[in-house]
Amino acid sequence: MSLSPTVDKVGVEERVSRFQKRSIKTSAKMDGLKLVLNMIDLTTLEGKDTPGKVRQMCYKANHLHDSFPGLPSVAAVCVYPSMVKLAKSMVKNSAVKVASVSTAFPSGQAPIDVKISDTKFAVDQGADEIDMVISRGKFLAGEFSFVYDEIAQIKEVCGKSRLKVILETGELATLDNVRKASDLAIHAGADFIKTSTGKIQPAATMQVTYTMLMAIRDYYDETGIMIGMKPAGGISNSKLALHNLVMVKEVLGEEWLTNKWFRFGASSLANDVLMQILKTETGKYQSSDYFTID
Amino acid sequence: MKRIEVLKTYKIYAGGKFPRTESGRYYLALNINGEPIANMCRGSRKDIRNAVVFARRALGAWSGKTAFNRSQILYRIAEVLEGRKSQFIEELILQGMTKSSALKEVESSIDRIVYYAGWCDKYCQIGSSVNPVSSSHFNFSTYEPVGVVGMIAPQDTSLYGLISALMPIIAGGNSCVLLANEKMPLCAVTFAEVLHASDVPGGVVNIITGHISELIKPLATHMDVNAISISNLPELKREIDLYSVDNLKRVRSYDVNWNSKGNQALHYITDFQEIKTTWHPIENIGGATSTY
Amino acid sequence: MASKNKNWEYAPSLESTEHITLKKRYDLFINGKWVKSASNKYFKSINPNDEKVIAEISHANQRDVNRAIEAARNAYTKVWSKMPANERGKYIYRIARLMQERSRELAVIESLDAGKPIRESRDIDIPLACNHFFYYAGWADKLDYAFPNRQISPLGVAGQIIPWNFPILMAAWKIAPALATGNTVVLKPAETTSLSALKLAEIIQDSGLPEGVVNIITGYGDTGAAIVNHPDVNKIAFTGSTGVGKIIQKSIAGSEKKATLELGGKSANIIFDDAPLDQAVEGIVNGIFFNQGHVCCAGSRLFVQEGISEKVIRKLKHRMKSLVVGNPLDKNTDVGAINSKEQLDIINKYIKIGKKEGAEIHQSACSLPSKGYFCPPTIFTNVAQSSVIVQEEIFGPVLTIQTFRTVDEVIQKANNTPYGLAAGVWTDKGSRIFNLTTKLKAGVVWANTYNKFDPSSPFGGYKESGFGREGGLHGLSAYLKLT
Repeated sequence: MSLSPTVDKVGVEERVSRFQKRSIKTSAKMDGLKLVLNMIDLTTLEGKDTPGKVRQMCYKANHLHDSFPGLPSVAAVCVYPSMVKLAKSMVKNSAVKVASVSTAFPSGQAPIDVKISDTKFAVDQGADEIDMVISRGKFLAGEFSFVYDEIAQIKEVCGKSRLKVILETGELATLDNVRKASDLAIHAGADFIKTSTGKIQPAATMQVTYTMLMAIRDYYDETGIMIGMKPAGGISNSKLALHNLVMVKEVLGEEWLTNKWFRFGASSLANDVLMQILKTETGKYQSSDYFTID
Repeated sequence: MKRIEVLKTYKIYAGGKFPRTESGRYYLALNINGEPIANMCRGSRKDIRNAVVFARRALGAWSGKTAFNRSQILYRIAEVLEGRKSQFIEELILQGMTKSSALKEVESSIDRIVYYAGWCDKYCQIGSSVNPVSSSHFNFSTYEPVGVVGMIAPQDTSLYGLISALMPIIAGGNSCVLLANEKMPLCAVTFAEVLHASDVPGGVVNIITGHISELIKPLATHMDVNAISISNLPELKREIDLYSVDNLKRVRSYDVNWNSKGNQALHYITDFQEIKTTWHPIENIGGATSTY
Repeated sequence: MASKNKNWEYAPSLESTEHITLKKRYDLFINGKWVKSASNKYFKSINPNDEKVIAEISHANQRDVNRAIEAARNAYTKVWSKMPANERGKYIYRIARLMQERSRELAVIESLDAGKPIRESRDIDIPLACNHFFYYAGWADKLDYAFPNRQISPLGVAGQIIPWNFPILMAAWKIAPALATGNTVVLKPAETTSLSALKLAEIIQDSGLPEGVVNIITGYGDTGAAIVNHPDVNKIAFTGSTGVGKIIQKSIAGSEKKATLELGGKSANIIFDDAPLDQAVEGIVNGIFFNQGHVCCAGSRLFVQEGISEKVIRKLKHRMKSLVVGNPLDKNTDVGAINSKEQLDIINKYIKIGKKEGAEIHQSACSLPSKGYFCPPTIFTNVAQSSVIVQEEIFGPVLTIQTFRTVDEVIQKANNTPYGLAAGVWTDKGSRIFNLTTKLKAGVVWANTYNKFDPSSPFGGYKESGFGREGGLHGLSAYLKLT
């Protein structure tokens, strides 16, 4: 594995501000918003999750706003392992995937065999995708091979399920660490790298996502292998989501602008995007009263 | 029998050596009564050319010395000059001065050297700035020597003017090629010996004697000379300005009475400095507690 | 898994021109009034995006210049030099504020007339210009603090001649310090970009600045020469080519006129193998493609350490793909129109020379508009220090790339030029940064960044890039007599 390049934070801020200055209007906005919807991993990861709540969310995944025809479904629903079976039954016969967090999400503070069996369970229950967390404590202590080995072992358990590796960038302190962790996860076998659990702030800032996209870009340039990206947490409105699309387009290219390679981990984003779509279509500003909150 | 005095040979000073002019020419320095006092080298354009090469070569090491070290070397010049006072007084008298005014000129010259010695490690502090730019960058401006300076020594004094104009140039880390006072050249050459004895590296100051009218052109048109200093020669200003256009030399033309005690100042140093501004990002935007 | 079947392109997003007002024909701004040129001659200001005429501009002749300088002299002796410094400062603050209020209008006009992307005129040129006035306004009554132990007095009438690459920003760089130090001004914008300066004249009129303190006259080189040669001008401030700078120096040789020259450059941008590479690539892009490369301090000579050169060039080429070239008024445009047909011809001439010299060319694969003056971002590899395109200033979006191995080698190559305006250094190693920033013979050195400007930061070059500084505390002395 080649050494990770250093990252200058001020330079990253400047680049990000350029993405944010892209003006997305008219047809580009409509197309972009629909793309965003189709990239969302609708997520519920609460201790108080109930089968009822998961059921509602899975229904919404395929019925975002039925009164407005032609909308895509979301990409996936993301749940705890115990809800995978239920979720899977709810979205069968649709394009919506089921993702499960694992490896003692969100802290990752468990021995490796627990993490392996946690993952195995989710895979056995039918999870299409596994969202694992890295051991941030070990990473920050400089025990990179420990972190690497863990990812590699989980990857093995995943089988055909795609592995998303959550770096929990909010705990990594610097962009240099974000870059290092991205490179490490990619080389250890991640199919996707993901910013955050959603439990820690800051989560998916554009600066962090940009840094991770750069790692993906470099890996692709070196190997020709595409890696996916999932910013999660903090992307709650359409504008921010569109800026993320701009970033993916300019850093990685059009090939990445599908939900095979890019996802948003978010729960409240979908409704804001829907409201924007309706606004763009009707010219009227929308009220949240008209959009279901599942 | 009266002892036969050993007469001094006045030569030019270039690259830390005392060669004769490559041209082999000479001219007579006369005393106030029009009587010859010495054969002076009548320097040529090739002497200028060689001197500029020496000055350029010496520049890096001289400007790269610590300011404190330059300060010590300048102070050393004053020390050596103090020890050789009588020689300068004799020469000044030979060139027509009274003893008391010669003494005053030498002593003032020494004091002026001490003055500029003290500036070496201070002028940067006064003229530099940290600039509060409106972005997340650390930005500062500081002085750097302009480079090789061509100096035409004031023609109205033999020693004091030369020292007044030269010291700020070298205090600031520049190297110099100077044309001595044409009519009163003795002190310039003897001062070269002082420089030579004072740890000033060879090539930092190069002193050419000869006809000013003949030498300003090769000096002021030289593409490797970065600046020109002239004082009290308004009749030459236009010519020098024109010669200086091709490589945009910085021409400093002074109209001053160097003999006045007050005519020593910081700006004579900074006139031969460039201002360099450096930028670098500052990582923490909005303070240490900021988040990305 | 849904897949998208077409590329996601940014739709046009044009800045509105509804809110701007332009006259069909502009007179000269002399003594606080709009007056007809004695020449009765006009020339056309062309929009480089569509080659259409925007307005007709007066071509001032010697008589106009005389009038303007006389007005400036009168204003100097009768009003401006007598005004208390704090009052003088308040006028400059007013100008800053009025510019801020009309900033969008100024930005649109600048993009229309100069061809620069609206994103740049909106976010960089106009705010910086406003800030320049704001910064120097505050100096007006504090000058004594800037020059301890010295007597200060203004010079008198300043003749200022500015270029077409940053029209209103250069006007601000010139006018603001001149006024703050108590001088009066005759300013001539470049012939292809007079409009924003004329808008500034409107603002100055609105500000109530006493008549004649700032006079703005338009025209070609002959108008500028008349200002330079006028015996009653005390100060010449010029930004433009080194060639013209030398002509000015010749004209004022032997005179008491004080000059500040901001001239050309061929600045080195140096990337070491430990640099933050992706940010360095941004620095390369900002260094050479900012304002279509019409930047005197453009990082036009790239030096990349050998071991990473392939990687950097690959990254740069990839980055160039996402540069949007096109209509300057589109908010997504990154590289706008080349300022004039003449400049486009010069750039194309150099591109031809580069190819002829055997350099390898790569250009962004962007589609250029059919009308207007455009040049795609261009890079040349396989060049030598002796190549014409490495030595001469091109003033366009054209980069040359050389590799190097050692620190000493790159310092030598970077300094091996008659110019000395700016330089860039990219490395993670602090001690190396200071080694380079000290040894590079350039007035501005950007370390791990490039093309940053600020009113408080002095700007100006070594060697044939000119002399004097503009901006900051050091920009004041250019307009003062110090005794």
